[in-house]
Order: sequence, then C-alpha cells, then structure tokens
Amino acid sequence: MKFRVERDVLAEAVAWAARSLPARPPAPVLAGLLLKAEDGQLSLSAFDYEVSARVSVEAEVDEEGTVLVSGRLLADISRALPNRPVEISTDGVRVTVVCGSSRFTLHTLPVEEYPALPAMPTASGTVPGEIFAAAVSQVAIAAGRDDTLPVLTGVRIEIEGDTVTLAATDRYRFAVREFLWKPETPDLSAVALVPAKTLLDTAKALTSGDTVAIALAGSGAGEGLIGFEGAGRRTTTRLLEGDLPKYRTLFPTEFASVAVIETAPFVEAVKRVALVAERNTPIRLSFTDSVLTLEAGSSDDAQAVERVDAQLEGDDISIAFNPTFLLDGLSAIDSPVAQLSFTTSTKPALLSGKPALDAEAVEAYKYLIMPVRLSG
Amino acid sequence: MDAFFAAVEQAAKPSLRGKPVVVGGLGPRGVVSTASYEARVYGVHSAMAMAQARRLCPNAAYLTPRFGLYRQVSDTVMALLHELSPLVEPLSLDEAFVDLNAGECGERLRALPEPELLAGVREVGERLRADIAAATGLTASVGLAGSKLLAKIGSDAAKPNGLVVIEPGTEADFLGPKTVRTLWGVGPATAEHLRRAGITTVAEVAEAGEAELIRLLGKAHGASLFAMATGRDDRPVVADRDVKSISVEDTFDVDLTDRARVRAEVGRLADRCVQRLRSAGRSGRTVVLKVRRYDFTTLTRSETLRAPTDDPVVVRETAGRLIEAVDTTGGVRLLGVGVAGLADFTQEDLFAQVQEEGRGELDSGDNAPVRQEPAPEPVSQRWRPGQDVTHAEYGPGWVQGSGVGRVTVRFEVPGGEPGRVRTFAVDDPLLEPAEPLPLVPEEPAGPA
Repeated sequence: MKFRVERDVLAEAVAWAARSLPARPPAPVLAGLLLKAEDGQLSLSAFDYEVSARVSVEAEVDEEGTVLVSGRLLADISRALPNRPVEISTDGVRVTVVCGSSRFTLHTLPVEEYPALPAMPTASGTVPGEIFAAAVSQVAIAAGRDDTLPVLTGVRIEIEGDTVTLAATDRYRFAVREFLWKPETPDLSAVALVPAKTLLDTAKALTSGDTVAIALAGSGAGEGLIGFEGAGRRTTTRLLEGDLPKYRTLFPTEFASVAVIETAPFVEAVKRVALVAERNTPIRLSFTDSVLTLEAGSSDDAQAVERVDAQLEGDDISIAFNPTFLLDGLSAIDSPVAQLSFTTSTKPALLSGKPALDAEAVEAYKYLIMPVRLSG
Repeated sequence: MDAFFAAVEQAAKPSLRGKPVVVGGLGPRGVVSTASYEARVYGVHSAMAMAQARRLCPNAAYLTPRFGLYRQVSDTVMALLHELSPLVEPLSLDEAFVDLNAGECGERLRALPEPELLAGVREVGERLRADIAAATGLTASVGLAGSKLLAKIGSDAAKPNGLVVIEPGTEADFLGPKTVRTLWGVGPATAEHLRRAGITTVAEVAEAGEAELIRLLGKAHGASLFAMATGRDDRPVVADRDVKSISVEDTFDVDLTDRARVRAEVGRLADRCVQRLRSAGRSGRTVVLKVRRYDFTTLTRSETLRAPTDDPVVVRETAGRLIEAVDTTGGVRLLGVGVAGLADFTQEDLFAQVQEEGRGELDSGDNAPVRQEPAPEPVSQRWRPGQDVTHAEYGPGWVQGSGVGRVTVRFEVPGGEPGRVRTFAVDDPLLEPAEPLPLVPEEPAGPA
C-alpha cells in the first residue's frame, strides 16, 4: 500500500475517526485505525463495538491496500506533522509515514483480526446538517448524565413520515424539537433511543456537509443501530434499550398565566442573581403585570434581587427554578424573546421562543421545566 | 428524667409501681430501651438483648414502648426547661443541657451576691424538679456545674431523684476518684488502653499529663481527654443542633430471604422515611440504604440525586435501585433507609408527579419504577404488651399479655389504684385500641 495525502486533510480525518477509539480497548485490535486505500480514496475506520466511524478523503493512491495501525499514535503524529504532503506506505509488517524531513515507522496490527464494521441500516432520509446539529444540541441539553437510569441518557428520535421529533429528559426538564426531513419512503415510521453524548458529537461533526443522511433500521440488517452519513463521514451507534416515558401528556395545554420576556436581559439577570444561589439553591421568579422580580439566596447567606420588564397575561405567579435548568432552557430556545407558560407554582412550566415580542411562539421547540418547591 | 420510659409506664400503670419494668423491643431480636430501677437490681440495663434481660429478671413486666406518650411528656418537660433559658440543647427525649447564664433566670442569678449564688442555683434546680414532678408525676435528676461534661456527670451521680451541684473549684475533687469510663469518649477500648498504662481513675488521667496522653491516644483524643479530666470543657450549649440526616430502620424477627419481601420492606421504609422528612419540613439529596445481613456484616449504599427531593416516589425508586445492587441471598436482618444532604427546597420530579397523580403511564421498559406492592397484611389484631386499650364495659386499661387467642387486660388508670385483670378473646368486639391517657389527669392544660 502506498498513498499521498495533504497533511490537514489527514489530520482532520484521523482526529475525527480516532474519537471513536475505545479508551480501554476490549481487544488489542480495537485500538487500531483501519486505513484502506483504493480508487483515489483513503478511508479510515474505528470501532469500539458501540460506535463505529468511517471517513473517506481524497488521496493519491499509488498502490491499493489495507493496514491497521495504532489509532492514538497516528492521531498524535498526524497532528504534529509539518504542513506538507504526507506519504504513507507499508513495508512488510511496518508502516512508514514520511512528511517533509520527518519519518515515522510504526508497527501494524493484524488486519484479519479486525471485526467487520456494522452495515448501515437501510431505511433512511436526509436533513440539512445545520438544522440537524441545532436540533440535537437543543434537545441533548435536557438529557440525563448519570448512568443510574440509562434510558434518560438518551435522545429519542421519532420518525413519522416527513417529521422527525427529538426528545430528551433528565426528569427535571423535558426538551422536544420537531423538524422536517426528506425520507426515502414517505410512510417511514420508526423510533430510536440514541446516547445523547454520541449523538451530539456526531451531529457537530457532520455540519460541514450540505445534508446528513439518517439511517434507522426497523428490522433486518442493522437492527438496534442508527447510522449517520454526511461530508464523507459515516458513523453508526448502537441504540439504548427501552424508551422514554410517554411524554405528550406531560406537556400541559392550558395555562393560568403566560409571561413574555426579552431573552438577553432575562439571561443576564438570572446569571447575576444566581451568583448567590449556591449549590443549585433555587432562583425565585415573581411575575406581576409588567415586571418580573428575580430573587435568590437566603437571609442566612447572601441575597440578590433584580427586576426585569416582562409582559404577563393571566394571574400573577411566583415560582422557583434551579437556575442551571432555567439557563439551559433559555439558551436552547435560541430566540430573542422567551415565553414562559404556567399552570401553578408546583406544576411544570413551558418555555418556548418567539422571534419578536408580538410574534407567535415557535412551535418547533418546547422546553418543559419542573419548578423547585420551597418548604416553609 | 430517671429511667424515663419505665418511669412513664409505672406512672401510667399503678399496678407496676415499685415493680421491675423493662421497656424495649419484645421480639426475639429486641433490645432493652429502659429498665426501671427495680429491674436494674437484677443487672438489666439499657441496650442489653431482651432475651438476656428476660433470663436475668424473669418476673419483670416487659412492655413495648409508647413513643407518642413519651414524646408528649418530653415536650412538657422541655417546655419547663425553656422557661429557665432560651438555650436548651436536648440530647434525647429525656435529657437536655440548659445554659442558665442566658435568659431571665441568668440575670436573676447574676444579681445575687456571691455567697447566696450557690443557694440560688440550687434553688433553681430544686424548683425545676418540683415543677417537673407536678407537671408529669415523674422524677428528674439535676446536675449543676460550670460545664456540660460536669453537669452531665453530676446528674448521673444525682440519679435517681436527686440534685448535685459541683461548685467551681471542686471539679477535680469530684471527678478524681471516678473511673476513666466516666469521661466522654472513653469506651471499652480506650479504657483498656489506659489501664495497661496504669491509668484507671480520672485523677490518674489528670496526673499523667497531656503529653503522655497524646502519646498514648493520639493528638485529638489525648488532648481532649486531658482537658476533660482536669475539668475543662468549654463547649457551649447549642440549641437547635442542625439535623444532618433523617433515617428509619427495622430489625426483622426472622431474617428476610425472599427478594420480593426485601424490596417491599425497602419501599415501606422509604415511605416512612419520607413521612419523617416531610414532617420535619425538609428535603434531601442523598438516599442511603443500610443493610445488615444474617452474619451482621453491615453495608450502606447511597445515591446522590441531582437535586433535593421529598418525593416518596423518588426516594422509593432510588432505594429500590440501591437494594438491587446488594446481595441478600443469605438473609437480611436489618434494613434502613435514610436521606442526607438536607435542604429546605425540593426539585419537583416530572415523572414522580405524574405517577403520584396516576394520570400518566410510565413504560420505560425494564427501568420502569417498580410499583409499590401492598405491604403484608398485619396479623388480624395484634395486642402488644403495654398497649393502651379500652373496653366498652370495663373502661380503659392496658394489655398485659396476649397469646393462644386470648388477651389479658389490666383495667387501671394513671394515678388510680392498681386494677383488676380480665381475659378476653383476641377478637372481642368490645375491646379496642386506645390513645394513652395523660399521666396527670387533673391537669386540663395537658400535653398539646
């Protein structure tokens, strides 16, 4: 095998593929990155039994072939190389990397012991990469982080025809985002629970391409997997078992009051007032006709109060939230105006975005947040 | 309070006056809570296994505790203490430190001329004892001294029904001849350690000097022991000590081996723990599970939630998750559920709220929270020795014993004459459980 490739192209491809290398390889070969040169293409693959990643880049292939080398080492080397064309060639059981005046000789790992990467699931469709990445980051923020309830560490992807719905919850908030995509078959219907962290990484990595193809298996080949492909990168991830609790009934539909606040000053105020809210003690919000009063802290410690303009329709309400959960939601709505809808101070509040004060609320993204109840 | 639980029982049950009374868990694994002075003669003492107590003193009355009544009496006594000073530090239901220097009483005492001060202090103590006796019909002992340690040792020395004043300057004389075990922090191990060094009395501890004690026992322990032995103890009386955790636990008469039963018990304990948590107006972040297995190996497992909760569903679920990771094949002797990391706010939980309202259905596969199984039905009507009952015909009384389908009840009331005993069938419709009667009946203001 022998090929030449631009240093930047190589470094980026290796770095991305190497992210899927297991930290503690269950088998020695899984620490390897599989390099395959054919048809003017170089492909790099990594696999840890959960996630597989494959990236293809253009290369000047002199001699086709396949080789398995230590992924970490190759990643370190390609990152450190000078900005010159890189030539990689095999010589028996060794691989030589030459770039400018530097030359590395690496051991290879046995290619024949490397497991076959899972096949991409069949059913699929496409969505613009930017939309996909934005939607995933809006939802993944609400996913649980500890492994005691694995189901809650996932993002639920539901596909119904041309609508994709992403949902995640850590039981204190619940984020749901809908977007349209182009399915290959119009009556596609599928549900998958994908680890939130992997999904977030994947979605970010695929923004460079125009579209992202999402492949989800109903049954047959690739069952229990979801695949993503875009910009020459292809990755599959094993799905989480189980499903999120049914959530449509969790979202209240009738509200006693609805508040509308400009997002930027609201976020600033929450951040300031939350400075005295140690260890996630709550921040208290009191809405009246035209003013929102934010308070945090207790008389034993430091206290903070701030007022922000707000429009309230309906009953006055006082409610308390974990400031982190509130800020997460305010950043996720990604709108100049925030709308908070309440039923009572102990029931979930619904946060959504608005493009302007007098506009309709955006329906595509909803962030449900549970309040904090103050005793005594 | 002197032999508090037992004294309350003797006051409530005239036929037990002057007789040995032992209060505690009566099951096969019960432990003595309190023994009356009559029972202590036989060597029965608190924390002793109930079975051993029964061997030592077979003729005592063995009663289950009536915590509700004890708490009422305790509240009455604590209220009297609060009249003396705002600084009251309860140690338990029946013991408390009072800082006489604070509050009104302190001002009055400070106004006294030096020679009368001692008599004044003594009078405060005696009046308190009289007030307690009048309000509850029980005896209390008082230790008066310049520090918490000496006041406590003094009150122990005063028991039963006495008062000891340790005058400033006489601390060393008072403590000197006592054994080292008198001092706080000296248990069997430290005592043995000191005995090997030839130290058996407090005076010898003081004589050994700080350096020697530090060498023997280490820095913290040695230094604090030396300070105590020389009568120095400057810890303040702290009212409202911060509660750090709230927990409940149960020892089972027979080891639990059935996994489903273990789970059900954990759920039940979690509910009880949440009840206590809520009645204290608190919430907590860390759920702690305690398991003592058949061989007494005890382990605790805990999980810290992202935010404090006082939700029974969340605590039950978390404790249930924790028990899943514990091997209980050999049998479980004790289970406990606690909540720590207390706070005064509660992060509402989306799913728990829905589950509570029962309007949504949660199907998250294997991870769906286990629905609470109904607790095992209590065995028809169980009559516990010492329990208050009332009979439609004979009036109020208490259960003396129960077995083979019969229950023996003694009909008497606090402050009355010893009453007669009658036996009924356990399912006698005229016999009903009752609330405890106040110890001092003519007091209309009674315990609130």
